[in-house]
Amino acid sequence: MVIGAAALIISVTLYLALPVAALFLRTTPELFLSSLSDPVVQSALRLSLITSVISLSIVVLVGTPFAFVHSRNTYPGKMLVDTLIDLPLVLPPAVAGLALLVLYGRVGFIGRQLNMFGITLAFTTLAVIMAQIFVASPFYLRQAKSLFEQLDPAYEHTARTLGASPLRILTTITIPLTASGLVSGAVMTFGRALGEFGATIMFAGNLPGVTQTMPLAVYVGMEGNFNVGLTISILLVLISFAIMIAVRYLARREVPHA
Amino acid sequence: MLEAEIHIQLRDFPLDLNLQVHPGEVLVLMGENGAGKSTVLNGISGLLTPDSGLITLNGTTVFDSANAIDMPIEDRALGYVLQNPAVFPHLTVYENVAYGLKTRHTPKHLAIKRVNHWLTVMNIEELAQVKARNLSGGQKQKVALARALAIEPDLLMLDEPFTGLDTESRQSVQETVRMFVSDLKIPCIVVTHRVADALGIGERVCLLNRGINHWEGRPSDIPTAGMQLPV
Repeated sequence: MVIGAAALIISVTLYLALPVAALFLRTTPELFLSSLSDPVVQSALRLSLITSVISLSIVVLVGTPFAFVHSRNTYPGKMLVDTLIDLPLVLPPAVAGLALLVLYGRVGFIGRQLNMFGITLAFTTLAVIMAQIFVASPFYLRQAKSLFEQLDPAYEHTARTLGASPLRILTTITIPLTASGLVSGAVMTFGRALGEFGATIMFAGNLPGVTQTMPLAVYVGMEGNFNVGLTISILLVLISFAIMIAVRYLARREVPHA
Repeated sequence: MLEAEIHIQLRDFPLDLNLQVHPGEVLVLMGENGAGKSTVLNGISGLLTPDSGLITLNGTTVFDSANAIDMPIEDRALGYVLQNPAVFPHLTVYENVAYGLKTRHTPKHLAIKRVNHWLTVMNIEELAQVKARNLSGGQKQKVALARALAIEPDLLMLDEPFTGLDTESRQSVQETVRMFVSDLKIPCIVVTHRVADALGIGERVCLLNRGINHWEGRPSDIPTAGMQLPV
């Protein structure tokens, strides 16, 4: 029984960890460090970090009040909204990218109108951000909604009787009491945005320095400089690992729920 | 003067109540669990919108279903301690007591004076800089009371405010609330399930039973038979 249980745990863990370990075994510290200064790596790293930070900021700034208003009110079609905002989680990213292209592309419904004013969205850095937001925002929205629903309403009710406006309640009570969970949702969103590939390549293309993010550079590295792909992959693994540790640490703190 | 006539359809029965509370008077609401006591307070405060009714406070209509008047909670000048005293755990005791004064833009020097006064009255001044998450149940109850009293409301409503307090604190807090209500000449409603608390704080008791006013009278005359009220 004990041996069977141990074998099960070891085999599942190895299946998930071995490919990641193989990445590290395939390179050497010298090779890794020298590839770090490769212009392709630097440019992809810079673009990925900048776009992911912008995407995350937009998601947090818009998503927090959205989740608050959504969870504190009942309105017709609320369940439909709940389903629609979760949709990108199950949608294949390539489909998400195609959908964005069909809407915002040069001949898309909205893209065509914008084009008349000389505004192009597809295949720009802005398209990278739009794709990241589309694919990654549900991670934050779901987390924020669930935290706000868990929070004991007595805190907000008391603040209201003390004369606080909804905005003041959100900023002084609701957000501070759910902060650690919100941060862990934000960290997951950042991780998803950083790893975004399918929607980006469909909607933003693969232009070095403009739309070629780290995952896209990994893909290109497969056909060209393999070490570049390997180095970026290792960077992504390290960042993902840091994200998981941060989420586990933050998730230990509890929301004062009802 | 508070005059409230409210109708709220609860899951099992309708709540139909007509209340008058005079300035400086403490009305005690009693009744078994689920009789609708907290619902009455929530209805008067505006946290719950009554299905119909009329509520006036010092002559101002705060709710009138017939004329579609429903004053926002934050404008009703309430001091309301909910059953869960909901002391904000991420703030210090001082910040908790100051919260309502800050939202109402009370001048800083006055706010500091009031907060310090209530911390002293409640005997929690040494806890001023302690984060509220680290307080005991009784201490939290005192902070919640100080926070509600510090804003000098037009109406005070306390839902089981003596839970977690020892006998000595219980008596002193009851005395404090009574003096506060009579000094400011404001109406006050206290929900409790203990007859001893009703005797200690109230001038008039209203016994609720399945949403209706079952009996009303002086605390010393409470008919305990048939209501199964713990003494």
